[in-house]
Amino acid sequence: MLSKEEVKKIAKLARLELSEKEIEKMRKDLSAVLDYFNSLKKVKSKAVNVDSSDNLSEGTMRIDESKPQSAEVVERLIEAAPDKKGKYIKVKAIL
Amino acid sequence: MNLSELTIAKIHSGLIGKKFSALELTKAYLDQIEKRDGSISAFLNITKDLAFSQAKEVDKEISMKEKISILAGVPCAIKDNILVKGIGCTSGSKILENYIAPYDATVIKKLKKESAVILGKTNLDEFAMGSSTENSAFEITHNPNDLERVPGGSSGGSAAAVASAECCYALGSDTGGSIRQPASFCGVVGLKPTYGAVSRYGLMSYASSLDQIGPLATNVEDTKIIFNAISGKDELDSTSVNLKLKAKSEKLKANELRIGIPKEYFVKGIDKEVEKIIKNTIKKVEEQGAKIEEISLPHTEYALATYYIIAMSEASANFARYDGIRYGFSKSSEGNLLDVYLKSRGQGFGPEVKRRIMLGTYTLSAGYYDAYYLKAQEVRNLIKEDFKNAFKKVDLIFTPVSPTTAFKIGEKTTDPLEMYLSDIYTVSINLATLPALSLPCGRVKNLPVGLQIIGRPFEENRIFNTASFIEKLVIE
Repeated sequence: MLSKEEVKKIAKLARLELSEKEIEKMRKDLSAVLDYFNSLKKVKSKAVNVDSSDNLSEGTMRIDESKPQSAEVVERLIEAAPDKKGKYIKVKAIL
Repeated sequence: MNLSELTIAKIHSGLIGKKFSALELTKAYLDQIEKRDGSISAFLNITKDLAFSQAKEVDKEISMKEKISILAGVPCAIKDNILVKGIGCTSGSKILENYIAPYDATVIKKLKKESAVILGKTNLDEFAMGSSTENSAFEITHNPNDLERVPGGSSGGSAAAVASAECCYALGSDTGGSIRQPASFCGVVGLKPTYGAVSRYGLMSYASSLDQIGPLATNVEDTKIIFNAISGKDELDSTSVNLKLKAKSEKLKANELRIGIPKEYFVKGIDKEVEKIIKNTIKKVEEQGAKIEEISLPHTEYALATYYIIAMSEASANFARYDGIRYGFSKSSEGNLLDVYLKSRGQGFGPEVKRRIMLGTYTLSAGYYDAYYLKAQEVRNLIKEDFKNAFKKVDLIFTPVSPTTAFKIGEKTTDPLEMYLSDIYTVSINLATLPALSLPCGRVKNLPVGLQIIGRPFEENRIFNTASFIEKLVIE
């Protein structure tokens, strides 16, 4: 079973605050699911390139440029932010 | 007007024949919702004003003797993880409780262009993570066939709304079975299109290499009409493709049909009565001259683990956007930036979403990436190969949609792994990017059973033709 410390470490990486009760439940639930995932170890498989997708037969190249949105959409997008000042979205200091 | 007997074609001829107006029709569906949704809870939000204004537009077009589209004035419901401009979109989550969609998803843009009438947004498992619609933060949807049972999930609200004639059709999304399994549990038709057939722009991402939007309706013909309206290349979704649909609407010749039955799908765990109904249906098709062949999909037993590793890994990355800063629920009053993330997400997400983000973070983390994520990608390739090989011999594959009929509310909520197992027959299809349709083919007591019809990529038309053919065989 995963230790309490392991669960806490994953939770921090996942940016999730968990209560003590949640941590205990996660230990049990994650361990059971990971055990199930381990069944894949039995499968003989060949290495793959995870960046390729054989479903995309046509190229999907495009010019890397920003496409202007209508003022209305921009306004609505900013409006959706919980904390803002005028046209700017406020973020806590990062330094 | 008997709503449960209406189809898109009947509505269309009723509207142009002036048997009823679009407004009257919309009112009739809203009345039905008023009457039935108290006990079913398929809807999270009724968009009455939007529906009335759209219906009035259609009536205006008709009165001006304009030619109207086949979907014009037909009332539909939309899963609440698909954006409809100006309307709330919660994805069944507290974290988006007050979120208003700033723009239309491409599928909505297309439906609006066809003058569709949108009645409301339907309930789902939070962010489409679940198989019973019990994970919604707001309400539990009940199966219209038996109110003590789940409608399936995650598009449970959409399936229940169609099954109870609260709308003519609905849109859902399918990442591992989320259209097909609820369609099967509620007794309606549901299509998971080929990956890339329908634009995902404006669908809230869960697992981007698996997600597809698709239709739920009472019959195959309607399902096809909706699919034709929403599919096609969209420059806002680079994975969408130009459809060159094979096997156009030519007449189906049953004796030219080769159907594969994978032996791995009829093993321990399947309900005996469900198995009987599926096998009976297959027999009826065989009697019409179709060639039935047992096939093998050898990596079937690894599909579920593969699916959940990939889906959860992709989800953990996709869900970084719910940061308490861009939109949605935010705990930003105290502490530093990290606190904003931890608290907003810790308090905003429900238990199943947290579990999947945790598992996805684990399987992508340094030291475990190769053993889980990379390994799952390798096995995904083997599963794709299995289908490719099978489709060299057969044109379609038939399986059950689910090993059981609808289970009781609360029956599987304590053990997450047991809930995951209810997706055992549907996840492979998403991993292999194939199209598949759930067709009602019988009942165990009062509970519907769905046949899963799987086709080659972009051969939706072959699936529709065959499903229409079987639809007539199984209706007594």
